[in-house]
Amino acid sequence: MSDLNALAKCLKDIENQLTDCMKCGMCQAVCPVFKETGDEGDVARGKIFLLERLSQELLTDAKGAKARIEKCLMCGTCAANCPSGVKILEIFLKARAALTEYLGLSPVKKLIFRGMLKHPERMDTLVTAASRFQNLGTSKADPALGTRCSTLLSNIIGERHFLPLAKKPFHKICTSLDTPAGKSGLRVAFFPGCVTDKMNPEIGEAVLRVLNHHGVGIFMPKGQACCGIPALASGEQHTFNSLLSHNVDLFEAGDFDYLITPCATCTATIKEIWPMMAPENSKARYRAGQWAEKTMDISQFLVDVLNVAPAGADKAAVKQVTYHDPCHLEKSLGVSRQPRQLIKASADCELVEMAGANTCCGNGGSFNLQNYSLSKSIGMKKRDSILATGAGVVATSCPACMMQIRDMLSQNHDKVTVKHVIQVYAETLE
Amino acid sequence: MLSKSLITEFENICGKNGVMTAEVDRQNYSYDAAVLDPVSPAAVVRPGSTEEIGKVLALCNENGVPVTVRGAGSNLSGGTIPMKEGIVLLTNRMNRILEINEADMYARVEPGVVTAALAAEVAGKGLFYPPDPGSQAVSTIAGNVAENAGGLRGLKYGVTKDYVMGVEFFSAQGDLVTSGAKTVKCVTGYNLAGLMTASEGTLGVFSEITLKLIPPPKASKAMMAIYDTVEDATQTVAAIIADKIVPCTLELMDNFTINAVEDFAKVGLPRDAKALLLIEVDGHPGEVAEDGARLEEICKKMGARKIQVAQNEAEKEKVWEARRAALSALARLKPTLVLEDATVPRSKIPAMVSAIEGLAKKYDLSIGTFGHAGDGNLHPTILTDRRDTAQWHKVEQCVSDLFDAALNLGGTLSGEHGIGIAKAGFMKNEVGQSSIDFSRTMKAAIDPNTILNPGKIIGM
Ligand SMILES: Cc1cc2nc3c(=O)[nH]c(=O)nc-3n(C[C@H](O)[C@H](O)[C@H](O)COP(=O)(O)OP(=O)(O)OC[C@H]3O[C@@H](n4cnc5c(N)ncnc54)[C@H](O)[C@@H]3O)c2cc1C
Ligand code: SF4
Ligand code: SF4
Repeated sequence: MSDLNALAKCLKDIENQLTDCMKCGMCQAVCPVFKETGDEGDVARGKIFLLERLSQELLTDAKGAKARIEKCLMCGTCAANCPSGVKILEIFLKARAALTEYLGLSPVKKLIFRGMLKHPERMDTLVTAASRFQNLGTSKADPALGTRCSTLLSNIIGERHFLPLAKKPFHKICTSLDTPAGKSGLRVAFFPGCVTDKMNPEIGEAVLRVLNHHGVGIFMPKGQACCGIPALASGEQHTFNSLLSHNVDLFEAGDFDYLITPCATCTATIKEIWPMMAPENSKARYRAGQWAEKTMDISQFLVDVLNVAPAGADKAAVKQVTYHDPCHLEKSLGVSRQPRQLIKASADCELVEMAGANTCCGNGGSFNLQNYSLSKSIGMKKRDSILATGAGVVATSCPACMMQIRDMLSQNHDKVTVKHVIQVYAETLE
Repeated sequence: MLSKSLITEFENICGKNGVMTAEVDRQNYSYDAAVLDPVSPAAVVRPGSTEEIGKVLALCNENGVPVTVRGAGSNLSGGTIPMKEGIVLLTNRMNRILEINEADMYARVEPGVVTAALAAEVAGKGLFYPPDPGSQAVSTIAGNVAENAGGLRGLKYGVTKDYVMGVEFFSAQGDLVTSGAKTVKCVTGYNLAGLMTASEGTLGVFSEITLKLIPPPKASKAMMAIYDTVEDATQTVAAIIADKIVPCTLELMDNFTINAVEDFAKVGLPRDAKALLLIEVDGHPGEVAEDGARLEEICKKMGARKIQVAQNEAEKEKVWEARRAALSALARLKPTLVLEDATVPRSKIPAMVSAIEGLAKKYDLSIGTFGHAGDGNLHPTILTDRRDTAQWHKVEQCVSDLFDAALNLGGTLSGEHGIGIAKAGFMKNEVGQSSIDFSRTMKAAIDPNTILNPGKIIGM
C-alpha cells in the first residue's frame, strides 16, 4: 500500500482538476475511440475516474489504469466539448508523467526517447542512415501516392502503407536561415518539426517559398530538436524537459515577431504544452510563456497577419480540394477558418467540404503504433468522407495526419493526393 | 466474487470479449452521473444479441447474481450503480435501428440506440421523435424508457412514455415477454409496456422497443422575455397556461444562472434581469403567428421589461444556446453540482421558486434555478464541494427540505431523473407505505431471487 501512496502523491497535483469532472458522460458523444469500442475505459469520464481512484489509493492496478489512460488519441475533442470545462488533456499529460515516473519506462521507449529523441544529432544521423537502407525489404505499395509497405518489417509496423524517409531531410536541404524582414516588415522564427524534416521536406520548402514570396524574414536556427510531445505523451518528462531547453536555447538567440510551424501538433505543443509543462521557475518556462502569444500555424499567420485573402470570383477553379481539420488545430487552438481561406486563396483551387471535416483521423501519434486496427477503423471513416467529396486532393495542416490519411487511401489504391495546405498554396504562386 | 466457472459460462454466452473482470474495468462501471458513492461489480457482461440477454439473465437467476443494466450511464439517480457481488449488463453493443416505418409512423430499435442518433435518422425521413433529454447525445433509448426521460419539449409533446408503443423485454428468469403493438391503439392484456416504463431496470431488461413517431411541426417561433422580478416571470408561466396556449418549450432562468451563462458563454443576456423566460411555439404557421402575438401580449401584461423575438434561425439558435449552456455554466463554478428535479403543478411554480430561494438563504448555499417552468419541472442546482463534509451535510438537508417543499405543494420527488437509490428513501413521503408494499409484492412475484437492479426505487 505504501507504494500506492507514492503514486497518489504524484497525482496530488491534478487532484483538484479531477474533481471538476461531474461524470455527466457527455464526452461519450464525441470521443472517436469510444465510438469504436463503447468502453468507459476509453472515454475521458472513465479515465478521469480511474485517476481519481488512484489518487485516493482505491485502485491497486496502476499498470492497468496506465494502459487505459494511454489508449487515447489525445485529440482533445472531449475537452473541446466538455460542459464542465475539465482540462482533460492537461490532466492526461500530467497523469502519464506521474504514472511513468511511478512504473518506469519500457526498455524500448527508454531507447527511443532517452537514447535517440533526446539527442537531435544522434537522431539525425540515424535517420539519414536508415533512409539509405530503407528500401531493402520494402516494396512499392501505391505508385500514385508514393507509399511503400514492408513484409520484412511487418512484425513491427503491420500492414501500414508509409511514405519512405526523405532521401535528403529538410535540415540538409536548408541548414539554417537568418534573413532580414522584407516587404512585409516582419520576421518569423521557423520550426519545421520532425515529420516535415524527416519525411516531408517539400512542406518545409513550400513554407520557405511562401514566406519569401510575401517578403517575410526567417530565423531558422540549426540543430532543432523535436517539440517533445511524443516523449511527453509517453510520460517521459525528462526527455521533454531536455528537448525543450535545447530548443529554447536555439530560438532565444534570434529576434522574431512570430514563431510559425507547418505542423498542427507542434503549434499546439509550443503554444500550450511548453508553458504548461516546462519545469517551474525555469528559463524554458519563462521563454515559453513569452512565445506562446507569438506562436502560430502557418495558415493562421498568412491569413490573420499578412491578410492573404481568397482570390476573386474570376478565378478559374480547376482543382477540387477538400480539407481535413487536424485536432490540434481545430480543437486545441480553434483554428479552422484560416487554412480554408488559404485554399480559397490558391488560384486554381476550389474548396469542397467533406462531412465531419473536424473528426479525428485516428493517428494520435503513438496511439497508431499501439492500437493500429483501432486507428485504422477510425481512419477509414475519414477516408470515406474524403472520397464522398469527389475531390482529387485532400489537404490538411499536420504532417502526422497526412501520414495517417495517406496510409488509409493507399491501402485502397484511391486516386486522391494528400497535401499540406501550404503546398497547395505555394504551387499556385508565380 | 463470482466463481471462475460462472465467468466461463458468461464467456460462453457473450464471447471472451463480451466479459470484463479486470479491476480497472470493474471500477469503470461502478458509477453514473449521480453524486453517489461508486460500487464495483464483480464483472461487466456485454451481450451482442437478444438471445444472449436472455441466457445471461437465466444464468444470473439460477445463481442469484444481481444484474444492473447500463445504457450510457448518464442517469442522475444512481440507477446504474451495481451490487458488488453482481454484474453490470452493458447494452451498447446492441445499437441498431431495426426499422423506421414511414407509413405507420413508428420506429423499432434495439435498447442501446443513442437517442440523438434515432432522432436524426427519423428527421432524415421527414418524421419527428420529440423526447429530447439534455443528455440525448449520449443517452440510450432503453435508458430513456427505463427512466421515462423528459426534455425541453415535454410541455407540448409529452415525455418518453407518450411514445412507447410496444416493448420486448426479458424477465428475471430469462423469458422473452412482449407487450404493446405497432398499432396506435392496443388494449391486449395488461399494459406491461406502461409498467416497464420508469421501472429503472428492476422488473425486466428491454431487448427491443417500438416508438411512436409524429409529423414535424411546419413552423416555429422563439422569444425571450426579460423580467425584473422572479415573481412576474413565474406568474407569466401561470398566465400562459391559463390562457390555454401550450408552447412547445417554456423555460425559466434565474439571475444566478443568467450571470453564470453570461460569464461562460457571453451570449448577451441581460445580467441585471432577475429572471428570463425562453418561449417557443410551433405548429401550423397561422397558429404560430397567432400564439406568438398573444404570448407577447401576455408577457407584457405580466410585467416583462422587454421581449426579444427571434427574427431568424440564427437568432432562435442563440436563444436556445443560452438555455443549453445553463448546466455547463453552473458546472464550472464549483466541483460538485447537485442537479435536482423536484416538480410541482405548474400553477405552483411561483411558490416553488420562492421556497427554493428561502432554502438557499437558510442553508447559505449557492443554488441556481433554471428549468422546464412550463411543466412545473424546475432544476434547482446546488453548487458545492463534496469534499467539504460540513457543507455536504447542509446540502443533504437542503435537498430533503426541497423534496418536502415540492410535496407540500402537491408535487413530486422526481419529474424526470428517476428515483434510483438517490431518492428511494424519500419514496414513502410521496406515495405512502401501502404503495411501496404493493410494489414490493409485485417485484417479489416477478423477481423472486431479487436479481434485477436490487435496491433501486423501492429499496429491494
Ligand atoms: C447532462 C445531463 C442532462 C440530462 N438531461 C436530462 C433531461 O433533460 N431529462 C431527463 O429525463 N433526464 C436527463 N438526464 C438524465 C439521464 O440522461 C436520463 O435518465 C437517461 O434516460 C439515461 O439514459 P442512459 O442510457 O444513460 O441510461 P443509464 O443511466 O445507463 O440507465 C438508466 C436506468 O435505466 C436502466 N436501463 C438501461 N438500459 C436498460 C434496459 N435495456 N432494460 C431495462 N433497464 C435499463 C438502468 O438499469 C438504470 O436504472 C440528464 C443527464 C445528464 C448527465
Ligand atoms: S464531459 Fe467533461 S464533465 Fe462530463 S464526464 Fe466527460 S470529462 Fe467529465
Ligand atoms: S482526447 Fe480524444 S481519444 Fe482521448 S478521450 Fe478525449 S476524445 Fe477520446
